[in-house]
Amino acid sequence: MAGVIARRARRQRAFRWAVLVVLGVFFALPMAAMVEFSTRTPGTWSLLANWSRLDETYPALAEGIVASLEQAALTALLMLVLLVPTAIWVRLRLPRIRRLVEFLCLLPLTIPAIVLVVGLAPVYAWVNYLVGGSALTLVFAYTILVLPYAYRAIDAGLSAIDVTTLAEAARGLGAGWLTVMWRVVLPNIRSAVLSAAFLTVALVLGEFTVASLLHRTNLQVAIEFLGKSSATVSVAVSLTALLLAFVLLLLLSLAGSSRRAKK
Amino acid sequence: MSGVAVHLKGLRRTFGSVHALDDLDLRIAPGEFIALLGPSGCGKTTALRVLAGLEESDSGQVLVDGKDVTRLPANKRDMGMVFQAYSLFPHLTALQNVEFGLRLRGRRKAAGRAREMLDLVGLSTHANRYADQLSGGQQQRVALARALAIEPTVLLLDEPLSALDAKVRVQLRDEIRRIQTDVGTTTLFVTHDQEEALAVADRVGVMKAGRLEQLAAPAEVYLRPATAFVADFVGLSNRLPGTVDGDRIEVLGSRLPLVAPHPGGAATALVRPESVGVVPDPDGPGRVLTASFLGPTSRVTVTVGDQLVVAQVSGGELPDLTPGTAVRLELRPVPVATE
Repeated sequence: MAGVIARRARRQRAFRWAVLVVLGVFFALPMAAMVEFSTRTPGTWSLLANWSRLDETYPALAEGIVASLEQAALTALLMLVLLVPTAIWVRLRLPRIRRLVEFLCLLPLTIPAIVLVVGLAPVYAWVNYLVGGSALTLVFAYTILVLPYAYRAIDAGLSAIDVTTLAEAARGLGAGWLTVMWRVVLPNIRSAVLSAAFLTVALVLGEFTVASLLHRTNLQVAIEFLGKSSATVSVAVSLTALLLAFVLLLLLSLAGSSRRAKK
Repeated sequence: MSGVAVHLKGLRRTFGSVHALDDLDLRIAPGEFIALLGPSGCGKTTALRVLAGLEESDSGQVLVDGKDVTRLPANKRDMGMVFQAYSLFPHLTALQNVEFGLRLRGRRKAAGRAREMLDLVGLSTHANRYADQLSGGQQQRVALARALAIEPTVLLLDEPLSALDAKVRVQLRDEIRRIQTDVGTTTLFVTHDQEEALAVADRVGVMKAGRLEQLAAPAEVYLRPATAFVADFVGLSNRLPGTVDGDRIEVLGSRLPLVAPHPGGAATALVRPESVGVVPDPDGPGRVLTASFLGPTSRVTVTVGDQLVVAQVSGGELPDLTPGTAVRLELRPVPVATE
């Protein structure tokens, strides 16, 4: 009996390792190829590490990086300002429309980006007319794009606490609704808010379709342009963006773990 | 702190077709401890929530110290509340939880006052612990300290003991009563546990379908229930058929006084188990069906014809009352309710 159990455990271990190796190769091989390709031209990585040289040599790329970082920060900010109070308010005061809000927030997930752009194009004609064609105007479209991910993260955070009782306890102690949100609910969904913000940043840094079709600049558009003239730099920047997204997702996972550890 | 008078005046509240409050009228004297008791859905929690401002009534008034606060939001009512669910803010320590309401009021020396309150509930050594580092009983004590710290006009307790185990529940129940007597805050306590209500309250209000069936001192509610519902809900009652004759009802050969007048004729008397004596008698009409030892007392079930009668006897009587023993029943002449 003990021999059968030991054999089964060995088989399971071997299977786990096999899956891990196959997946590892599947993910690591393209990245290794990117590293190999991007180091064929000497000085590519040192150029990326020197911002002023990069800005001089590839101004469009530098502009794209700055635009993407600004877009990511502003999208995260706008998303949080819109979504966090809405989600809390719906939970506390309008639970009947919770399913509707959830449906609306998840809608962008079901609409292909290209269709979304077709719908957004006339809106952006007005945006161009009213506030100009700055790359930062993409923040509005990106806020819609990130809604499904951000909403799920925040909603999961709210589900983990008894929002109604906490809010009623705070109200009974003299807190107004703003105080309830700011000093009672928000500190207890901090990890969820951080998760939503990280997901937003990761998504915005990797976005290409909407920016390209609406003729705006961002990192991915700049990389695509650069690929036509300097493929090695383009691949090196892509790899860096990919690693940055990995780091963000790792931070997200760590934020989740620290929340669980505290509980 | 000193208590204020509270008057819930003609409150009505419906949820769909359900009348949670049906013209409820309740007056609480300054510093009084009232317990609202009743089955699930009788409206006791709704009444408390309307008083707290967490729920709006369809009509009626809430008067606190003579002032109409019916339309005042919860955060302006100055009432302290302890909830059934644990409600400590998880990101704050016990001390910070107690300070919360004081800081909102801009009170100086909030920390000192909060420490005093934690001391009052016996948790001064747990000041720096978070909610998840406290037991259920400790969390409810901190919640009580937090509610009292703001010197509320009224203290509202919404089944605060129901999530606790039996021993802690009794301890905390007594502690709540001690603290309430010390601070003298007018208190409304909602519970479905009759023992809890009878043990702590100055007066107990028994509710049914959004209305008060009886509001009286605990002993009166138990010994002189105003209605059959109260007699049935508070404590155990045997429903024994009898015949009313004047101000008495004849039941199992005994003539018992009535709590309230009855038009006469056939009626059902609600007789407490402790009012039923069981005497071994070979010629008696009853047979012991079951006998259970409950510690300080014992419970005996007797069949008399097709009638089942439950009696509460002392532990010492139990050896003589084994199942199958022939017995006669002696009813003590205490007033009984009828239906």
